[in-house]
Amino acid sequence: MITQQETLLEMHNVKFRYADHVVMNGLNLSLKSQETLVVMGPSGGGKSTLLRLLLGILKVDHGSIRFKGKDITKLNRHELNEMRSSIGMVYQYSALMSSMNVHDNIALPLRELSKKTAKEIDKIVDAKLELVGLKDIKEQLPSELSGGMKKRVGLARAMALEPTLILFDEPSSGLDPINSVLIDDLIVALREEHKVASIVVTHTMPSAFRIATSMAMLHDGKIVEEGSPADFRQSKNRFVHEFLSAYLTHGHAKEPKHANS
Amino acid sequence: MARETVAEVYERISTKKSPFRLTDFFVQTDRVGMGSVFLVSLVSIFVGLTLALLTGYQLERFGMVMLVPITVVISFTREMGPLLTGIVLAARVGASYTAELGTMTASEEVEAIEGMGIGPLRYLVTPRFLAIFFMTPCLSVVAIVSGIVGAAFISNLSLDLNFSYFYDQTMDSLLVKDVISGMIKSFLFGGIIGWIACFKGLAVRGGAAGVGTATTSSVVTAVTTVIGCDTLCNIFMVSVFK
Repeated sequence: MITQQETLLEMHNVKFRYADHVVMNGLNLSLKSQETLVVMGPSGGGKSTLLRLLLGILKVDHGSIRFKGKDITKLNRHELNEMRSSIGMVYQYSALMSSMNVHDNIALPLRELSKKTAKEIDKIVDAKLELVGLKDIKEQLPSELSGGMKKRVGLARAMALEPTLILFDEPSSGLDPINSVLIDDLIVALREEHKVASIVVTHTMPSAFRIATSMAMLHDGKIVEEGSPADFRQSKNRFVHEFLSAYLTHGHAKEPKHANS
Repeated sequence: MARETVAEVYERISTKKSPFRLTDFFVQTDRVGMGSVFLVSLVSIFVGLTLALLTGYQLERFGMVMLVPITVVISFTREMGPLLTGIVLAARVGASYTAELGTMTASEEVEAIEGMGIGPLRYLVTPRFLAIFFMTPCLSVVAIVSGIVGAAFISNLSLDLNFSYFYDQTMDSLLVKDVISGMIKSFLFGGIIGWIACFKGLAVRGGAAGVGTATTSSVVTAVTTVIGCDTLCNIFMVSVFK
């Protein structure tokens, strides 16, 4: 049961465009601590761009993004890097360093951004690998891992600096149902056991309903619907309705286990 | 971004942290230096051999074949050593830097590094840039020595110049100003190749095809720029040292 929480992140009237293509057009979004917000929307609708704006990799054209009360659009490089160490990101294609083994991938942020000794780093790496259910793969290169394992190593790396927020870009894409459920369970465990908030960008409906505590639908550069998974099912918004109908017609209507958690 | 990187490097030094992993620097140094020694030597031996042979045949007509060592030494210390090294490194190391960083960019690895709060220029580019910057002069020395050895060998075989004569002439015609100008050029070429290769790699767009295009462009741009800079250096140095 999630208690009264403070607002961790707030996006206000965010506008962003790539050349002539408007991606965000006055987007408003908020996230409370220990919440799992699933952002859905059509392909190419700006979901991944949203995550890059949150990390400060892309700069907003207009509006503000407040993380823990600080407007990240106004931070200098040093402050931005400090803020980034409180946010982990799991990429769609894992983005593990291909030239480094699993241990070094997870140790990378610790070596670069903390003052921990090699022994301490080894302990943390072991703990994070255990957290994501992986053992005896420390010496393997990313190319030797399956898609699901890469995602889990990516999550272990994102967790290395004990962030308060983790961003997931299409965590279930390209995974079989078993691995997909495994990743979903890890996201739920992060919230319930480790008190980490998450923003998950996906258009995989079963996963979305399994992990979400709140949902948002991104369409035409704006959030057109925001609420709990139950609210979403009863939404009168035409676009949300069409989106969910498409999911239901494709035979994934069975109620997921954590749908209303 | 370069200003931010300098600030980040300064910040790390002031907090007693290494600006980049020394291991990465040594790995890159080994890759640039040791990995290129054989190729640089081989190319320089062939060019030195050809230069001595063709110059010798021309000078023989005027009875001046004894000038071959001087010609070869001056050409290699001032011009051929640094230039051949630059071209070999642009093709061998520059291409690999661009392809490697380009692949990392295309597979979101560079973005992941930035997203963690680690400056990609500091972490990825600095060790590579410094490795090629410092190894190019070292390899130029290898190229110069190899070229002269190749020339001495063919001069002994075809032009009847014995090794001791060649050695004495080489020592007599080696001038500090030529060596210095060659070394200055080498540092410059190393910097140019490193900068172009890393920049092209980080600017990759469009996946595998983009990596291929960037790699080709990197080699072409680096070789052309190195030759262009060499010409400008020669014009400048001739006017200063004449």
